[in-house]
Formats: sequence, structure tokens, C-alpha cells
Amino acid sequence: MDEKDRILLQLLEENCRTPVSELAVLAEMSEEDVKDRVERLEKNEAIRRYGAVIDWERAGDGNVAAVIELKVSPERDFGYDRIAERIARFPQVRSLRLMTGAYDLQLLVAGPSMHEIARFVAEQIAPMDQIRETATHIIMKTYKENGTTFAGREEVERLPYSF
Amino acid sequence: MKDFVSKRARAIPPSGIRKFFDIAQTMEDVISLGVGEPDFVTPWCICEASIYSIEQGSTAYTSNKGTPQLRGAISRYLDTRFSTRYDPETEMIVTCGVSEAVDIVIRAITDPGDEILVAEPCYVSYTPCVSLAGGTPVSVICRAEDEFRLTADALAESITGKTKALITNFPNNPTGGVMEEADWRAIADLIVDHDLLLISDEVYAELTYDGNHFSPARIPELRDRTITLNGFSKAFAMTGWRIGYLCAPPEITAAALKIHQYVALCAPVMGQIAAYEALRIGEVEKDAMVREYCLRRNLFVDGLNNLGLTCHVPKGAFYAFPSVESTGLTDVEFAEGLLREQHVAVVPGSALGPSGTGHVRCAYAVSRDNLKEALSRMGTFLESLK
Repeated sequence: MDEKDRILLQLLEENCRTPVSELAVLAEMSEEDVKDRVERLEKNEAIRRYGAVIDWERAGDGNVAAVIELKVSPERDFGYDRIAERIARFPQVRSLRLMTGAYDLQLLVAGPSMHEIARFVAEQIAPMDQIRETATHIIMKTYKENGTTFAGREEVERLPYSF
Repeated sequence: MKDFVSKRARAIPPSGIRKFFDIAQTMEDVISLGVGEPDFVTPWCICEASIYSIEQGSTAYTSNKGTPQLRGAISRYLDTRFSTRYDPETEMIVTCGVSEAVDIVIRAITDPGDEILVAEPCYVSYTPCVSLAGGTPVSVICRAEDEFRLTADALAESITGKTKALITNFPNNPTGGVMEEADWRAIADLIVDHDLLLISDEVYAELTYDGNHFSPARIPELRDRTITLNGFSKAFAMTGWRIGYLCAPPEITAAALKIHQYVALCAPVMGQIAAYEALRIGEVEKDAMVREYCLRRNLFVDGLNNLGLTCHVPKGAFYAFPSVESTGLTDVEFAEGLLREQHVAVVPGSALGPSGTGHVRCAYAVSRDNLKEALSRMGTFLESLK
């Protein structure tokens, strides 16, 4: 990755719908160059997917989300990978990470109600052999997601002119 | 009652943009490219440290020349960043913004009758500060065809037996022009041969996009006749904190310090603490802001040229300075029409010195979305002229 790649990735991360023509002007390169580079970054999976940052609450969706911490007994030869792969297959699991610290796996789970999430944890996750302990934290309010602040603050007013 | 206003104060021209300001105030949806300050809020790590220091009771005067911590940090920063060395004890004063530094240094060196050269187009305060100090300001013109550099020919033409100093501002407000090492070397002999001082306002130094900023004090024969001015407003988005500094040989620093201690006493302590934090931990966020300005420059200058408003690529600061001559309007007519009809605010170049005539200053320190909207409105305005 060079400086030009970094600029392109940052621009796409910020808004993946930015037209190629605009990317070319911003990054000071030809449109062909932009296409080649983006194609390469897609191919080597530096770009995993294009998506939107949604404020689901604002959108009127009643979904509930929770962070779930799992203490897991690692397996010989596989460590945490095999159990993590099994958990990742559930569509309710939006993200899954192995962590340092007091617990091992951290899940972000979304569901239609608190009850549904509790049921999912109790019936699908907790009974797995390697899971030693679970802790479920319901998300009450999202202030910032993927670098985007949700709680709207008024912009500071600037003078229209100055030297 | 007699007129109490002094002749000097009366002689200073009023701001050339007052009427634009008044029109803009009456409008709701103005996109302002008229503001010469970052649109970013000061990085939070800097604000947080200053808030904490207030909670701890740091609310008093500091040493006249600024806290030793801040001066030490500035000295190390100038050395590592721009390869210029200044003793924080004898060659440095922390001031209330670069504005104060401009004033006190001009007063420290000017006697009645002295001619002070001002490289134009430029920020509006140099000329009145020279007049208030009893000196005679003399313009030196930087031309569009030279990408707004100061050339030896232009400088030589303006030097007389009374010339004492030259004031420059690179990267430049309003043109975005820069002076590279070779450009400075080309005028260094003239400065030395005529025994001039150089007052170099480098407040936009960090906002240099293609290559590194070159400080004229790096040239050995200029080192002891250069007064370097810099500050935190532009690089760290800290305009409201009012922290700048001047670096100069000890005799000049001592003279300027006398004036500083009588007129300002010291720069605000909260600002000094914030500035120290900016140098300590603000670099990452500063660099991110500079990268964003560069993207905006690329977007905006490309857009201007597509509209037929010819604009050289500014290599520093956050201003584009396109020519509006192709429209058949003067810069004042263009700025007035654009504001009235399309609610886009720009500054007519003639307000920034006679050599700015025919250009407008557009500050691209606004979001990319607003720049696109401004370009589209400018396009509509240009269509309406046909």
C-alpha cells in the first residue's frame, strides 16, 4: 500500500459512492489509475465490502442490539477459531472478535426484541460445549458508529467573512 | 466638541469587505468562502488538556514572553520541522496571535520616515501596522504569472535609500503562493546588500501541500536579519485561542518584548497550555486536517478551472485566487453579484492590495460538499452573465 492507495481507501471508507471522476481529481491521478487501483484493492480483499452506516433507531427500526461477552475454553489444535466460526454463522451475529482481557469472544448481536436476544443467547450460544460463561449487555444508545457521530450537535457558527 | 480621533487612526482605510459582510448577514443559506480560518474545531485532545488546566486553577499571568514549557516546545518544533534554531530564552516571544507579533515587531523596528516593503497581495494588517508605527508602507507586487512568488526584479524596483525592512507571507494569504528555497536564495543578496530586515509571516507553513515549507531563516546570511512569525491558528485549527509567536535575534526580541509587556502583558495562559499540548500530541490530527485541505484544494481548483475561472494551483495555505477577468466583471462586481444572486461569499482581491485586482479569494476551508455546492452555484452565476 502506498500513499495514493491510502487516500483512495480513506475516501471510499468515508463515502463508497464517490464517483471515479471525483476520486481521480481528489487523489490527483487519472480515472484509469483509480479503476486499476480499486480493482486491485478489491481483489486482494483490502476492500471487503461496500456498505452504508445506518442509524437504525433514526430509521424507525425497533431492533435491539447487545454486546455479548463469552468466556470460552480453547480447543487443542484449533484454539478459538473453530468455535468462532460456528458462532459467526448465525445471522444474528453482526460482528465477532477475539479479545484480550477478562473474556475471550465479543459478539455484537441484533434482534427484534430483548426477549429474542436473550433466547438466542440462552438457546443457541450458551449450550455450546466450549462456552463457559456469557454476559449480555443491551445497547441503550449509540453515540458514534464507525467514525460517524449520531448525536447531532449544532455546527458552530462562523462569521461569513474574515481576513 | 472637537474631533478627538487622531490623524493616524483616521488615515487607516476601513475594511474593504464591510458591505459584503452586511449583505451576507441578511441571507439564510450563504456558503461562505470568505472566512480565512479552518472550519475544523480544535482537536479534542488539545481542548481537553486546556479544560483540565483551568479546573486545576491555571488562570494567572505567565512570564511576559510566554511559559518556558511552551517556548521550549516551540524551539524544538521549529528545529525538527523547519530546521531553524532559536534560543527560547532570548530569541522568542509568545504573542496574542500572529496579529500582535506583526504589530510589536513593526513598532520595534520602525522610525518615522522608514520605508517598509510589503509583498502584495497580502493579509490586510501589515500596511496599517506600518502606518500606525509612523513608517511608510511600500507595495512590492507578486504577479500571477510568477505563481505569486516574490521576484528579485520586483524587489529591486522598490528598494530606496530609506527602505528598512521587507514583510512577506508565504504560503500566502490570499494567493496560496509559496516561496521555495531557490526563490528565497534569488532575493537573499538584495536583502543583504541593502542591509534590510526580513519579517517572514509563516503562519501557513504547515499547510504546504507539494513538498516542504522552506523558512528563509535557514539561509545563513539571512538568519540574523530575519524575524520569523508563526502561530497555532491555522495549523491546529486554533484561531480563537490567540496564540502566535515571534522569533528574532536577541536585540530585536528584547525591543519587541518591551512593547509586548506594556500592551499585552502576556498571551492568555489557557491558550499557551493548549498550544503546548498541540505540539506535544496534536501532530496526528494536524496531519489529517492538512490532508483534507489538500483534497479540497484538488477538488476546488479543478472545478474553478472547469468553469473557466483560471486559477494556478495554490501550493500552500487554504485559498484559491482565481482570475475573474474572463467574466468581464471587476472583482468587486463579481463578488457582489455572486453573493446577491447565488449566496456564495468570496473576497474581492482588490481588498487585499491593488495587485489583487481582477481576482477573488476563495477560502476552501469548508466541507467538500459545500465546495461542490459553491462550484455549482458559481456555474449558474457565470451562465447568467452570458
